[in-house]
Amino acid sequence: MLTLALILFPIVAALVVLAMNGESAKRLAFGAALIELALAAYAFIRFVPNAQSQFGFDYPWLASGGIRFSAGIDGISLLLVVLTGLLVPLIILSAFRQKYDRTSAFYALILFMQAALMGVFTARDAFLFYLFFEAALIPVYFLAAMWGGENRIPVTFKFFVYTIFGSLFMLLGIIYLYYQTGSMVAGPPVAGAPAISAAHSSAIADFYALNLSPTVQSWLFWAFFIAFAIKMPVFPFHTWQPDTYVESPTPATMLLAGIMLKMGVYGVIRLVLPIVPAGVDVWGTTAMVLAIIGIVYGSVIAIRQRDMKRLIAYSSFAHVGLMAAGVFSQTANGLQGALVQMLAHGINVVGLFFIAEIIFSRTNSRMLDQLGGITRTTPRLTVYFMIILLGSVALPLTNGFVGEFLLLSGVFSYNNWLGAVAGLTIILGAVYMLRMYQKSMFGATSARTEGFADVSGSESWVLIPLVFMVFWIGMYPNSFLKMTEPAVTNLLQYITG
Amino acid sequence: MQPSQPVNIPEVIQQIPLNYYLIISTALFVIGIIGVLTRRNAIIIFMSIELMLNAVNLLLIAFSSYRSDPAGQVFVFFIMAVAAAEVSVGLAIIVMIYRNIRSIDVGLLNKLKW
Amino acid sequence: MQIDLLCILIPLFPLIGFAINGLGFRQIPKGAVGLIGSAAALASFAVSLYLFAFFRTQVGITGSNAPIIANLFDWISVGNLNISFSFQIDQLSLLMLLIVTGVGSLIHIYSIGYMKHDEGFGKFFAFLNLFLFFMLLLVMGSNYVVMFIGWEGVGLCSYLLIGFWNTNTNYNNAARKAFVMNRIGDLGFLLGIFMLITTFGSVEYVTIFDQATGFAVGDKTMLAITLLLFVGAAGKSAQIPLYTWLPDAMAGPTPVSALIHAATMVTAGIYMIVRSNVLYTLAPLTLDIIGGIAIATALLAASIGLVQNDIKKVLAYSTVSQLGYMFLGLSVTAYTAGMFHVITHAFFKALLFLGAGSVIHAMSDEQDIRNMGGLRKYLPVTFWTFLIGTIAISGIPPFAGFFSKDEILAHVFEHNKVLWVLGLIGSAMTSFYMFRLLFLTFFGEFRGTDEQRHHLHESPASMTIPLLVLAVLSAVGGLLNLPGGGWLSDFMAPLFEPSRRVNPQAFAEGTIDHSTEYMLMAISTGVAVLSLVAAYVVYVSRRAVPAPETVERPVTEKVLYNKYYIDEFYETIIVRPIRGLGDALYSFGEFVIDGVVNGVAWLVRASSGQLRLLQNGSIGFYVFAMVLSIAAIVALRFFVRF
Repeated sequence: MLTLALILFPIVAALVVLAMNGESAKRLAFGAALIELALAAYAFIRFVPNAQSQFGFDYPWLASGGIRFSAGIDGISLLLVVLTGLLVPLIILSAFRQKYDRTSAFYALILFMQAALMGVFTARDAFLFYLFFEAALIPVYFLAAMWGGENRIPVTFKFFVYTIFGSLFMLLGIIYLYYQTGSMVAGPPVAGAPAISAAHSSAIADFYALNLSPTVQSWLFWAFFIAFAIKMPVFPFHTWQPDTYVESPTPATMLLAGIMLKMGVYGVIRLVLPIVPAGVDVWGTTAMVLAIIGIVYGSVIAIRQRDMKRLIAYSSFAHVGLMAAGVFSQTANGLQGALVQMLAHGINVVGLFFIAEIIFSRTNSRMLDQLGGITRTTPRLTVYFMIILLGSVALPLTNGFVGEFLLLSGVFSYNNWLGAVAGLTIILGAVYMLRMYQKSMFGATSARTEGFADVSGSESWVLIPLVFMVFWIGMYPNSFLKMTEPAVTNLLQYITG
Repeated sequence: MQPSQPVNIPEVIQQIPLNYYLIISTALFVIGIIGVLTRRNAIIIFMSIELMLNAVNLLLIAFSSYRSDPAGQVFVFFIMAVAAAEVSVGLAIIVMIYRNIRSIDVGLLNKLKW
Repeated sequence: MQIDLLCILIPLFPLIGFAINGLGFRQIPKGAVGLIGSAAALASFAVSLYLFAFFRTQVGITGSNAPIIANLFDWISVGNLNISFSFQIDQLSLLMLLIVTGVGSLIHIYSIGYMKHDEGFGKFFAFLNLFLFFMLLLVMGSNYVVMFIGWEGVGLCSYLLIGFWNTNTNYNNAARKAFVMNRIGDLGFLLGIFMLITTFGSVEYVTIFDQATGFAVGDKTMLAITLLLFVGAAGKSAQIPLYTWLPDAMAGPTPVSALIHAATMVTAGIYMIVRSNVLYTLAPLTLDIIGGIAIATALLAASIGLVQNDIKKVLAYSTVSQLGYMFLGLSVTAYTAGMFHVITHAFFKALLFLGAGSVIHAMSDEQDIRNMGGLRKYLPVTFWTFLIGTIAISGIPPFAGFFSKDEILAHVFEHNKVLWVLGLIGSAMTSFYMFRLLFLTFFGEFRGTDEQRHHLHESPASMTIPLLVLAVLSAVGGLLNLPGGGWLSDFMAPLFEPSRRVNPQAFAEGTIDHSTEYMLMAISTGVAVLSLVAAYVVYVSRRAVPAPETVERPVTEKVLYNKYYIDEFYETIIVRPIRGLGDALYSFGEFVIDGVVNGVAWLVRASSGQLRLLQNGSIGFYVFAMVLSIAAIVALRFFVRF
């Protein structure tokens, strides 16, 4: 039932927020997000680390078709539920300083987005998963298209069509799998027994049990992979991403980069690996190579970016490539690493985008060559920025390290050379991140950065929890790894058969 | 004609071979199609459509009686009812078109394109 | 007494110091900041000393050399892999602990005087403490991953401290360069760790070394692991091809150069190899490669050092060169000798850097030796201590450097005569550039401006006391391991027990007899003294002063002066291509990929643009199309049975 609350509460809250206006809408949205965070935290505390799906609910939906409204939290969902619960209030808070007209709609959309994301991460029924997967697109589309930058209309349109296009393949795959389930449920061929009408089911767990031929699995692999590859994005399906991140208002960018791209990684873990293991056997290496190309490609491009937001967008692209590569290594290390890294990356990227926004709001520029010398007047920003940056470049004892260490060791055990190439991320990551830091914070002050005011008030309250999480995950990752371990072990059994 | 005994309509119908019905309704239908395709007066097109509908009705009744299946005749009633409704709406539209453009030439009605 | 607790205390003190100074930055008065920072370092030193004594007595009582393992908590556990956050106290970590905390404490005290006028005083001490914390993790960790934490952590502190004066873009670039080059090494280290995990299923030293004794000498896996780990060592300890960051790292405040870039952090690579000595002994090919790289580094850096005019740059190249000697020692399985040189080098190089700092302090931040000269009269303490350091590094008896370098060279002689000759040449160069530095700085006439002359003063006691302590250590440090089985060899012997078992030949007793040994000593001493005399003749008797920047230099000198153009070389073959690639991918690659995506969209739009013409508005046409289509469907149904 807790899961139901997690999904429905933001919707109710969003409807109430829509009816409010201005300041009160803001506060109410923030309060609602905090309550949601409390629910997520409660789930995290009360979660029993085993492979079972917990706090679930299960209602008939299209009952005659075997499609059920069913969701629950298992170890794989848990971290993402926590991530969503944690980031949304911070994202709302981060928007407080900014004036957005039609305020109530803005915050209501964020809450709708949260509901959809919670749904994606907890759905136990494939059609429900698909529903939420698409539903999550709608609020963020409107956020970007209504409050975005100058070029927002074509950019968001492309983003929308591109991701919808990918999802349709997934829908085909789900429908195909749905029709496969029936034949399996058919009763035992006892003479004289009435023929049991083939009952179809769209429960993800039933999909796991299907016995599909390798050829079919290969097709299904691509149907699902394209959907998730566009969402993540994996090279070469990424071109919507930098533009969308840059054009969107920063809260929408945070939602996209911090949480939404995890839907792709989550989808691969939840649907691709266990349902089509033979397909992954055949095509997993290809997918991994694409992901690793993305790591290097994104990093090398990030080195040369002037726009902070675009730089972070490319870095995010590179990081998610590593997560995808780790997932396709199909090892406990890779999967656990991906789960922790999703949490870590969400935290880091939201922090980085927020800092870019802080800088932009003070100087009206995100161009690195127009910045510099900010650190002189901003001891707090300097420290927060540095810590989040270190998390992002995977320094040990920060959150990025745990994830990257496990991911790289997973990829390395899959293939040594791929592991070595993927490892370039730790070098290139340091190059572009430190370059960004140096160009914005160090050096001589420019006309724009003269008298830069340090972070204060609500800004601090966004950054402090992020910094805290950076250290928590970095120093004691076992509190998260222990939660996911049984579920991952369970999942690996489907993969290895 | 005063029937001396209750007339069994199916039998009456069956006095004529089925092929004849087929041929005549096909002919009616084709006439209807040609009418729709070639004429530009909206009312004539409308009448041609009615012709096609009735061709189908005829065929339905023929088959229905030959196969002793009343479903076909039920269908005919539906078609007649729908056709009547359609005529009333369609004629109203034609009247409206005439009021607007002082013509009922469908060739002139090509605004809705591309 | 809880030994585990003590182990935790050692890194905890600097961490607390960091927290206090870091959080209270700008609120705590300067006096308190220096006190807290230094007290943290001294407390760690005291605990280390106690631990050292405790360990010795324990070994004495029980006779067992088993390391003390202090397990804090399980850090990362995934599947079968469990990485614990735990410390290991054995001979090697104790030695490193003493060096790090001991020299570290002195440098903290020195910094109180040196950084007094800097506005970032609190920040500086916070970073120094943080560095100590990570360095202690590095040497105390009981597995490779904890070592890696420290390894990256010290890299971070190095970055922060090199770029300490962060308004200067050159300094920032130097800091970034150091971090990135270290990261290249770190990738090698990380891959080495992954390989250890796949091979041994563990990262704990004890487990790995235990299992490693089962491998044959020359095993392929060991070769790969050791090479990967050495990449890490080369990055951190500034060996070819990853050494260029260290000279640039001199942008940091001088105490940083002394602590991080001379005495402690840069020797982490040697520590790592000595720690993994079993693995390296199993891979003779790796050792040969290390030997080649080490001697090349030693000579290259020494030759560059001959013509540099920045007092810190000379010392930096000297550090690179000395690190080369340490690796040279390791490459002939003279692990003790390598470690011995780490210790003595920590003493005399810290001393030299601090002395240089004292000079720079007195000269109002002047670093160019062409503008110095005659400082002997103004800075007597600095001069005498610097002299001791110079003699020590040059390998002239009876000071510390002589013993350690001689031990390395003796082992090299046994192993490979060519390497020995090359080592000797390097030794001659060392002696020459060090005395050149000494003479140009302290002898002759003062060549600076009048204003500088006016400001000349001996440094305060907080700076001179560490100098004196280090001078004493540099003078007598050689006693630690006198030729012919000193204390250090006995102390460290248990560490190499597994190595000795897996590859006895590599540890065979020396074949050279005493007379040869004495002759070797005499030769190396003679060479060093000869260089001294040469330097004296050139820079004191003839009063030569290096030419100013503007003068055209002869080709060889120009090449040396420009450091063999290695930086430019890297710039051309690595940095620029990557930048170019970044630009190309951003403009062209993205254009092509996005072009495909947009192309699909264009295709849809273009075809729909054609198809929509069918919607021509003529009702007759629609009906005709409909009829035709129905006819076609009927015909199809009729002719084709499906």
